[in-house]
Amino acid sequence: MADVEVEIRVNGQPRRASVEPRRTLADFLREQCGLTGTHLGCEHGVCGACTVLVDGDAVRSCLVFAVQAEGAEVTTIEGIGAPDELSPVQAAFRDHHGLQCGFCTPGFVVSVTAFLRDHPNPTDDEIRDGLSGNLCRCTGYQGILAAVRAAAAGAQATTG
Amino acid sequence: MKPAPFDYHVPESVDDAVGLLASLGDTAKLLAGGQSLVPMLALRLAVFEHLVDLRRVEELRGIERRNGSLWVGAGTRQAVIEASDEVRAAAPLLAQATPLIGHFQIRNRGTVGGSLAHADSAAEYPAVALTLDAELEAQSPRGRRTIPATEFFTGVWSTALDEDELLLGVLLPVWEGRCGFAIEELARRHGDFALAGATVAVELDCDDRVARCAIGLLGLDSVPRRGSAAETAAVGRAIHELDPQEIGRAAVAELDNVPADLHAPADYRRRVGAEMVSRAWTRAVEEAGRG
Repeated sequence: MADVEVEIRVNGQPRRASVEPRRTLADFLREQCGLTGTHLGCEHGVCGACTVLVDGDAVRSCLVFAVQAEGAEVTTIEGIGAPDELSPVQAAFRDHHGLQCGFCTPGFVVSVTAFLRDHPNPTDDEIRDGLSGNLCRCTGYQGILAAVRAAAAGAQATTG
Repeated sequence: MKPAPFDYHVPESVDDAVGLLASLGDTAKLLAGGQSLVPMLALRLAVFEHLVDLRRVEELRGIERRNGSLWVGAGTRQAVIEASDEVRAAAPLLAQATPLIGHFQIRNRGTVGGSLAHADSAAEYPAVALTLDAELEAQSPRGRRTIPATEFFTGVWSTALDEDELLLGVLLPVWEGRCGFAIEELARRHGDFALAGATVAVELDCDDRVARCAIGLLGLDSVPRRGSAAETAAVGRAIHELDPQEIGRAAVAELDNVPADLHAPADYRRRVGAEMVSRAWTRAVEEAGRG
């Protein structure tokens, strides 16, 4: 079972490593890159906690092998915002009680960032649909819904 | 939740992919979008010594008209299908079914060929292919062949594809004229596999009679099914004479292998199936009537 050399750009930085083919992109990000903001919940594509952007598309990084991302541009939660510089989506989650324990939050924030880019003026139904691939077990979804509404409205106001 | 070790292959062409399958035998599996295969590997429901990744095989991607059909390359991602004007115009049923697959993050990776070859009887694309009398193109070391959708789905997660055969694309006949299409399904949560669902394609003649129709059933057997008895009963009849509830009951009457599990007993699934047919029929006929 031969290891494979991969080079993946992660948050703008080229990362090169020799990986087992069975290593998921999620494990590559956490263990090879030390980017532990990408969380692993179910590890079989149900919970959405591990969502990252691959070439701009939100995907479950537990359902992508690192070898499949060879040559791709990956954006993790660390590439979206920083503790002293929250992204608009992160700020909206903080302001509207969109998180409690925070475990699922990176996946939500990445998914919502991609969703709002593609649906800048979403209806509530579209927001619910856009959130359906991420599970939260403690905050409750109403605060998250309010955060997405506020982030969308804020972006509309800015671009006006 | 880690897959067992495997060797990884990335062919650049269909010929190379088929060659790899032929030389590696049944220890190899094709990897398309991986949205069904990778969970099965993670849960170790499936173990393969070799994965043959199709991501570099450009010939498997694309959406184009070919004679009276729409060809969709097996490697075309569901998100691309969802955004395609060509699909909306030429295969409205495929367009309507796509947003019901999983979640947008899944559709960013999942492919039409992967869904058809995985052949889950509760999935949307197999039912759409069966409803539209699609043809599936495949290649093996013995050459290329075309498999009618009616012969493609052979059992639980099983198809007519040989172990060294690669699905190239699907040809969906384009329905012209006064047509309507609808898909309805009941899932406990959005994005889950449906407990039961139905697809309907209907064409009306200028006197509002059913010129032809097709009813697909998903989640109601180990394979996607057609409601053939209901189709036969409806053809030639004026639409105002047809009771959608009756069509729903007729469509599920012949089913003899309705799944039962902790989510729903067989009898409930059958009744949901009849209702989904009824709703899909009503919507499809309304749309056809506007044409």
